Amino acid sequence: MALPLTIIGGYLGSGKTTMVNHLLRHADGRRLAVLVNEFGDLPIDEDLIEAQDDDIISISGGCVCCSYGNDLTLALMDMAALDPAPDHVLLESSGVALPGAIAASVSLLQGYALDGIVTLCNAETVMEQVRDTYIADTIQRQIEDADLIVLNKSDLVEAGRLGGIEEHLRKASGRAEVIAAQHGALPPEILLRSFDGQVPTEPASAAPHSHGFRTLSFPFDAPVDAEALARGLADPLLALVRAKGFVEDIGGARKVIQVVGRRWDVSPASNEAPTGIVVIGKAVDIDENPIRALIVSMSSSSLPSLHPLKK
Amino acid sequence: MTTIYAARKIITMNPARPTASHVAVRDGRILGAGTLEELARWGDHTLDERFADKVLMPGLVEGHAHTMEGVFWRYVYCGFFDRTDPDGKQWAGLRSVDAVLDRLSEAEKALDDPEAPLKGFQLDPIYFDNRKVSRADLDKVSSTRPIGVVHASCHIMNVNSKALELAGLLRPGINHPGVPLGEDGLPTGELKGPDVMTPASVHIGFDRDMLACDERGLRDFGKLCVQAGVTTVTDLAARLTDEAVDMMLDVTAKEDFPARVVPLRFFQGLTAADLIDNAVALRRKATDRLRLGMVKVVADGSIQGFSARMRWPGYFNGAPNGLWYVPPEQLLETYERALAADVHVHTHTNGDEATQLAIELLETALRKHPSPDHRFTLQHCQLADAAQFRRMAKLGMCVNLFANHHFYWGDEHYNLTVGPERAERMNACRTALANGLPMAIHSDAPITPLAPLFTAWCAVNRLTASGRVQGEYEKIPVEDALHAITLGAAYTLKLDGEIGSIEAGKRADLAVLEDDPTEIGGENLKDVRVWGTVQGGRVFEATAHSA
Repeated sequence: MALPLTIIGGYLGSGKTTMVNHLLRHADGRRLAVLVNEFGDLPIDEDLIEAQDDDIISISGGCVCCSYGNDLTLALMDMAALDPAPDHVLLESSGVALPGAIAASVSLLQGYALDGIVTLCNAETVMEQVRDTYIADTIQRQIEDADLIVLNKSDLVEAGRLGGIEEHLRKASGRAEVIAAQHGALPPEILLRSFDGQVPTEPASAAPHSHGFRTLSFPFDAPVDAEALARGLADPLLALVRAKGFVEDIGGARKVIQVVGRRWDVSPASNEAPTGIVVIGKAVDIDENPIRALIVSMSSSSLPSLHPLKK
Repeated sequence: MTTIYAARKIITMNPARPTASHVAVRDGRILGAGTLEELARWGDHTLDERFADKVLMPGLVEGHAHTMEGVFWRYVYCGFFDRTDPDGKQWAGLRSVDAVLDRLSEAEKALDDPEAPLKGFQLDPIYFDNRKVSRADLDKVSSTRPIGVVHASCHIMNVNSKALELAGLLRPGINHPGVPLGEDGLPTGELKGPDVMTPASVHIGFDRDMLACDERGLRDFGKLCVQAGVTTVTDLAARLTDEAVDMMLDVTAKEDFPARVVPLRFFQGLTAADLIDNAVALRRKATDRLRLGMVKVVADGSIQGFSARMRWPGYFNGAPNGLWYVPPEQLLETYERALAADVHVHTHTNGDEATQLAIELLETALRKHPSPDHRFTLQHCQLADAAQFRRMAKLGMCVNLFANHHFYWGDEHYNLTVGPERAERMNACRTALANGLPMAIHSDAPITPLAPLFTAWCAVNRLTASGRVQGEYEKIPVEDALHAITLGAAYTLKLDGEIGSIEAGKRADLAVLEDDPTEIGGENLKDVRVWGTVQGGRVFEATAHSA
């Protein structure tokens, strides 16, 4: 089973470490493994640390943090050999790293499945950074590489300015969704793969999420073209930040679909859970109709049994 | 106990007494340089005439090298140019891919275990008309054992199919700019960049840390120093773990270790605060032959790798700008903390934008922590222009230019990376000196051979490998080049009060030469034969005398 890996990129001060700590606090039993460039600046909140030596920090809940220093590939190879294996790897890149280049390197390593690239931007400083003589192109490349952009520290700018910054980042990216956040706090289900394989059976018109997101659930059992569906769910038009689910492919094989922003992945599934798709989007953007239409259009049967379940 | 050495000629690099016939040594230091009659007045002495037909210079100082070259020589030499190993064996340069394969095959036959890896180094296909080496080529050497040959740049490696297979890379569907694919959709075996090399190199048995040197490697590196007339050498990007420091202290303390080593703690994987704390702690462990306490930061990548940070108009072939290896804020914090703690920083900059950033940040840091004699040095600094050199001089900086680069990759720079005009002003020694900037020149061994007299020749002649003079104006006279490889380099290490010239009170470090570099003619400087060295008063004869 390939280890899902999320790259958390972004310049210095964008809040990568804070986001990682937020995820560790909301790991909910998932064993997260965190890779950081160096340990120096206390990468993990002190109250979460159980033990620390030169190479590894043990974190409550069975999580760990390692530093990669000069050789990221070597650290990833070491991490893939951890026993017991972690459930999800969070790779916090250095401030000037290009997340796309890291993703390419991860793709060479068997045992890893890239879940997505999340680039954080500091709402307070990003508009200066995109004009900076020295780092403008680095910031731009970090934005272009992102599957999801998190505009962090959004509480530090006037509400009236936020929309303009979001718009700038959306244009600079050309494809990725921009999510405003404070203190790196995002619902973990956006950034982490779920492992129980259960499609929540909530109705499609679920209540707004506490962070301004909404989750919609689309249980269905008609076979679909899994790859085409995954690609469609990653289309910017739907403005989704996450989608996942199990489906029966047209060939009859069971597949798991994972979408993070603009990145999608389809792989063989082994469990027997009910089929369907769960999507997460910003409450203001999300619309169940085009999603349902997409699923219908991907279905092999002209009249698929598509009916959001009631609780 | 005083020994007076007689010599054919002693070039002191002390302008007040530029040449002498004798040098007196006591307790590992120089009592004086002059006539026998002058020196005899110090009292009892032994007159040693073994150098009576030799020319003595101050021991040469290499301001930018890596001791890992000592380790590399356990691998098969695959370079294009002739090179001498630590035991004095001269390895002929290999002029074709077939010649490389033949030498690898020869080494392969000597291995008993059919699964044992085979390692080579210093490959440089640009000299084979860019005929790339493929895994099919290396498969002819062996298909059962993993083979890896590191390029001269140390950033690219060629491997065979077995190595790709062990690395999990012998499969279709790979999509990575550092892994070129053949017509069959499988990797060709060329792996570009450390992230890509690692999955294979762990199976080929290259050290987990390519920059690391071990005990035997350091001893072997010492032998290379003697062959090159070098008595003080930097190890410019060392991790300096406790174990590595203990090993280096142990090896350099041995009575038969012939060089003073100056390792600079590499910044990567440490915060600015930890880096400087680390350097301060290391400083307390320093000995005469292991000078600890300096640090090395890397600002950008390389020009031929298109990863150097360039100012407008950028790369000649239109490649996008390169990469920062350190965030500017972290570089500034490093400078500020270093100045506050009196830690000496050398910064790698290749592109002129990286140089500009380093200059501006150091100026900012200096306003906060004025420091009258910091000597922060830019290493390589290959594309600096006159304005940058002027500003560096004003700020009290030093430069160590990569003169050898001109010879090995000058044609590439002219045609591909930066184009004719900027290629001609690369490593602009004359402009640096004309603007009063303290200057050294270097080899970056093992990237190019450790041989300061060759490096001096490069700066004097500015010839490229194809025999073209590149940048006539930036040539420097022989005496300036000799200064750069002695006092100039010593100054960048704050050791010019101890080494770099032959005068009373300094360390008894001498390069013992068969030829006179001031008489042989600038065009022949690289052919000056080295007999060996005297280091701290101890005599070391080279294992091989250069022909």
